[in-house]
Amino acid sequence: MGYALNFNLIWRHFDKLWGGLLLSLELAVISIAIGIVIGLVLAVWYVSAGRIVRTIIAAYVEFIRNVPLILLVYLVFYGLPTVVDIAYSAPTSFVVTLSLYSGAYLVEVFRSGLEAVPRGQLDAGKAIGLTPWQRLLNVRLPTMLRITLPALSNTFISLFKDTSVASVISVPELTYGAQWINFNTFRIVEVYLVVTAMYLVTGYIMLFALRLVERRFRAAR
Amino acid sequence: MSTSSTTVPALLDVTDVSKSFGTVQVLRSVSLQVARGEVVTVIGPSGSGKTTLLRCVNFLESYDSGSIRIDGKEVGFRETGARQRRSERDLAAMRAETGMVFQSFNLFPHLTAAGNIMLGLTKVRGKSRAEARTIAEHWLGRVGLAHKADSLPAELSGGQQQRVGIARAVAMGPKILLLDEITSALDPELVGEVLEVVRSLAEDGMTMVMVTHEMAFARDASSRIIFMADGGVSAAGPPAEILAADTDNERLRTFLARFRASHF
Repeated sequence: MGYALNFNLIWRHFDKLWGGLLLSLELAVISIAIGIVIGLVLAVWYVSAGRIVRTIIAAYVEFIRNVPLILLVYLVFYGLPTVVDIAYSAPTSFVVTLSLYSGAYLVEVFRSGLEAVPRGQLDAGKAIGLTPWQRLLNVRLPTMLRITLPALSNTFISLFKDTSVASVISVPELTYGAQWINFNTFRIVEVYLVVTAMYLVTGYIMLFALRLVERRFRAAR
Repeated sequence: MSTSSTTVPALLDVTDVSKSFGTVQVLRSVSLQVARGEVVTVIGPSGSGKTTLLRCVNFLESYDSGSIRIDGKEVGFRETGARQRRSERDLAAMRAETGMVFQSFNLFPHLTAAGNIMLGLTKVRGKSRAEARTIAEHWLGRVGLAHKADSLPAELSGGQQQRVGIARAVAMGPKILLLDEITSALDPELVGEVLEVVRSLAEDGMTMVMVTHEMAFARDASSRIIFMADGGVSAAGPPAEILAADTDNERLRTFLARFRASHF
């Protein structure tokens, strides 16, 4: 085996990777933001709703969690436009998919957090005369957030890595950039080494930032 | 100190309140009147319904029948027509008129001592943050914690947390204060500082209903003691009468005997 590592070709096309990383982050941030809204609304609804609503929300969560993300991506990008009259770009389609996907995971995180808020705190909120809405905003959500932060960090990083699936529908994110360089230069080892490092470093920076936030909140307990 | 035999209408009027959890009846036709300025202590074995009664007074628990009135106003149910639960908004407004202090403190962990007190003042009483802060500092001073205004609950001892809990309740200016075994979760050496605060509130004329196992405190601080057993009021009267060793109420005698045996 006389494979000599040569990174020159990778650096020549590094703009593909850099641009890809930025797009990956953009896809992740937008999808997670929408996912947080979906997750929060459904989780709050779930803990206060009756059996029918709970069943529907649970069905959504179970469906998403038991179907591989790649299949969901195909379904939304290729399947949906053939059934209903919509057209969207691959990145938009992926954001829709990853938002629904992250929403399902975040419902679970937020729901368990809301249920873990000690009953006594809610009683205390009632006892000083807060309305249900005020109790949710001023007592339940802040405590839930502090309980769920570690789980949230893990979910966010996981979702960032999931953006690599967008490469299957040719969204030019980081993994797609790697594939492009591979096809055009055949430097398969080098390009995937570089891309792996880029995912790792980005993941660690995210983790570090989220741990800082956690620490700040934990100090405030 | 006023007594139960005043002609003035009672501030708290509990009439024939019954409640069941499933098949277990926890309150059996309980009636209790508390006059303005009175300090009433509820004692009894665990499971006798003391805490449930207290939680019904500010409608943290609903009840099946009977009526609870504070200052003449029905607490949990609409006063006209069929028995119907008040709206959440009305319930919140009613609850703001009663203060409650809990066994496990239940401070909001993300807010400072002052922040805990200010939350109700700003959100419920509509005070500005500056006004609320002034009131919070005043009450923290009253409970001896002026220097802890910006401490988080986790940074306070149990006794300090409970004093913040009391300040949070009284700062709202409630008509009546409900104290639910507020020293039971405290280390023995911290009980005194909390009871001292309660005593000073009593001296100020605050109307209080407290559930406690601190018999000596109940004897000294209350105008009346209610003994509950099996969800009903078994005996009621002035401390000297209720805590007498030779009472002819057998349940009460057994309770007191057991209590003395385990506490002395």
